[in-house]
Amino acid sequence: MKKVLAILLALVMVFAFAACGSTPAEDDGAADAAELTVGFIFIGAINDGGYTQAHYDGMKAMEDYFGGKVATKYLENVNDSDKQASLDAARNLIDQGCNVIVGCSYGFMDALDELANSGDYDDVKFLHFSGNKMNDKNFGNFFGAIEQPRYLSGMVAGSMTKSNKLGYVGAFPYTEVQIGINAFTLGAQSVNPDAEVKVVYINSWGDPEAEKAAAEQLLAEGCDIIAQHSDSTGPQLAAQDAGAYAIGYNYNNPVAADAYLTAPIWHHEKFLIPTIESILAGKWTPESYYGSMSEGYVDLAPMTDLVPADVQDKVNAVKEKMVSGEFEPFSGKIEYADGSILCEDGQTLDRGQIWAIDKLVKGAVGVN
Amino acid sequence: MEVFLASCIVAGTPLLFATLGEIITEKSGSLNLGVEGMMLMGAVIGFLTAAATNSALLAVLGAIAAGAAGALIFAILTASLNANQNVVGLTLTIFGTGFAGFLGQPVLGTSVPAEVYKSLKNFDIPLLKDIPFVGPVFFRHDVLVYVGYIVIIGFAFYMYKTRIGLNMRAVGENTAAADASGINVTLYKYVHIIIGGALAGLGGAYLSLVRVPVWQSDIVNGRGWIAVALVIFASWNPIKSFFGAVLFGGLGILGMKLQAMGFSISQYLVDMIPYVATIIIVIISTHKRKKESQPPHDLSVPYFREER
Repeated sequence: MKKVLAILLALVMVFAFAACGSTPAEDDGAADAAELTVGFIFIGAINDGGYTQAHYDGMKAMEDYFGGKVATKYLENVNDSDKQASLDAARNLIDQGCNVIVGCSYGFMDALDELANSGDYDDVKFLHFSGNKMNDKNFGNFFGAIEQPRYLSGMVAGSMTKSNKLGYVGAFPYTEVQIGINAFTLGAQSVNPDAEVKVVYINSWGDPEAEKAAAEQLLAEGCDIIAQHSDSTGPQLAAQDAGAYAIGYNYNNPVAADAYLTAPIWHHEKFLIPTIESILAGKWTPESYYGSMSEGYVDLAPMTDLVPADVQDKVNAVKEKMVSGEFEPFSGKIEYADGSILCEDGQTLDRGQIWAIDKLVKGAVGVN
Repeated sequence: MEVFLASCIVAGTPLLFATLGEIITEKSGSLNLGVEGMMLMGAVIGFLTAAATNSALLAVLGAIAAGAAGALIFAILTASLNANQNVVGLTLTIFGTGFAGFLGQPVLGTSVPAEVYKSLKNFDIPLLKDIPFVGPVFFRHDVLVYVGYIVIIGFAFYMYKTRIGLNMRAVGENTAAADASGINVTLYKYVHIIIGGALAGLGGAYLSLVRVPVWQSDIVNGRGWIAVALVIFASWNPIKSFFGAVLFGGLGILGMKLQAMGFSISQYLVDMIPYVATIIIVIISTHKRKKESQPPHDLSVPYFREER
């Protein structure tokens, strides 16, 4: 009898919480009156203070812009390495009446690709952030020249370092990350030829503990400014604990106020608003959007008071040149760390050439 | 080097608390495989309490209470109802995972309040901190690391130098004999299971309040299981458990250290080391037959007085 009771109690324990697992999509507005419902699939939490919050804020700004004409729905914490979960999330949103699906992480690409090409969802439009797949009827992608603000943040770091060692917490040794590290290094060396960038990869897009631990090891090696290509504020907190400076990413979020200098950030509404407008007007065709600083899609967050005024002026002068299109980070003679040539004198890399980068430039040290 | 050793201690502290808790649980004869679950319960309650009250003390106490509550479930099911300890322990881990995932959902991705984070930050012990090498490695940490030192010493004293500690070990070695000698076996089991859970909860809180600055549902990330293995590694000795915890904490950050020093090594390979080391250590320690490094004789054996 006691054994039966014990097993029953154990079972109750399991099911009590299993029952609370599923969450319905959040409904952000009156879907009835709207002409269009846009569904967002997020990899993280909308209040993560970083990557996903930047996407969420873009979504809210877009929704506000259209008043009641466009409604939004979203799903948080969708595992992007699980294709079935991604497919389920997208289908779930479509079933709830979404006509446009926006996938906000690289890993959603194959799921969106499958649905877009399946023929079952030809009336639904798919937009995917950071991917390289598209089709010519209903599947487009979008990304931005984050290397531009990365270069500027490198200038800030290069100007302010005392040890000439800059730490960089990277996600994976992968092109998107390497572009950022290279741009950061070039920016730092443009103002401080002695600056060296040390890179530690954590093999995750976001793992707060690993990000913080990686930053701590870089600080122990003498780095006095920490930059990051990862989702959380862990590296910034580590820098603050050590009395060093930090440069964030994705979102202007000065959690570590004593350390935070600035961050390369995204303004996703700059893509979403014109795109949704053209979908509403029936004029949209799939594109591979690559927003730049000129459109304001990517930007450098306002530099904090920790950045001296003369550094701010210097950075802002280059920023103006970027906005007007006079200057690109990947131009002029650039050498890889192994001595091969990335960019010749007088040459400016185009988007395709930038996205062919697969190693680090001279001055950056890390696993390849 | 000093900095690296110091960060190994910090990385090992959550493992240390969990391992010490499991040692005391197993020494009293119960094998609680729910460490991972109790750590998660402590981590989430600690984090939520911190967010609600802005008090580091309340957050830590809340985490301890949460871990103890998880252990109480285990104690009722195994010590009173004589359920299978392995099954209940595994269930407790699954329960704790769901518990933390569910309660942590609204705060996913948010940070610990700055006040709590700061008040748990480093506190250098006067005098001791200036000892060359030893000072920077051992005595320039946050308060909870020092609590860990105290628990190690306290446990070693309690287990080997006090009458109650001897009774507790007797319960684990031979429950029937302990019962016959007048020891309240059920009470001993309850108390030590609950202390074990409280320490696991504290280990979880160390992760969610100090080590990992942002709430994530997989915050414990297998440490509970490593702690169970570390108990064998430490051969149920609280002092040895310190070295095990620091070693495993260190292995976890070794890859980043090597990368930061400029060694080109794949992080994936380094990430495997703690788990490979766990397997090796468990194999080695089950093969050497030293008397004092054997598990308690009546470990995980349900005790029925009537069947004696």
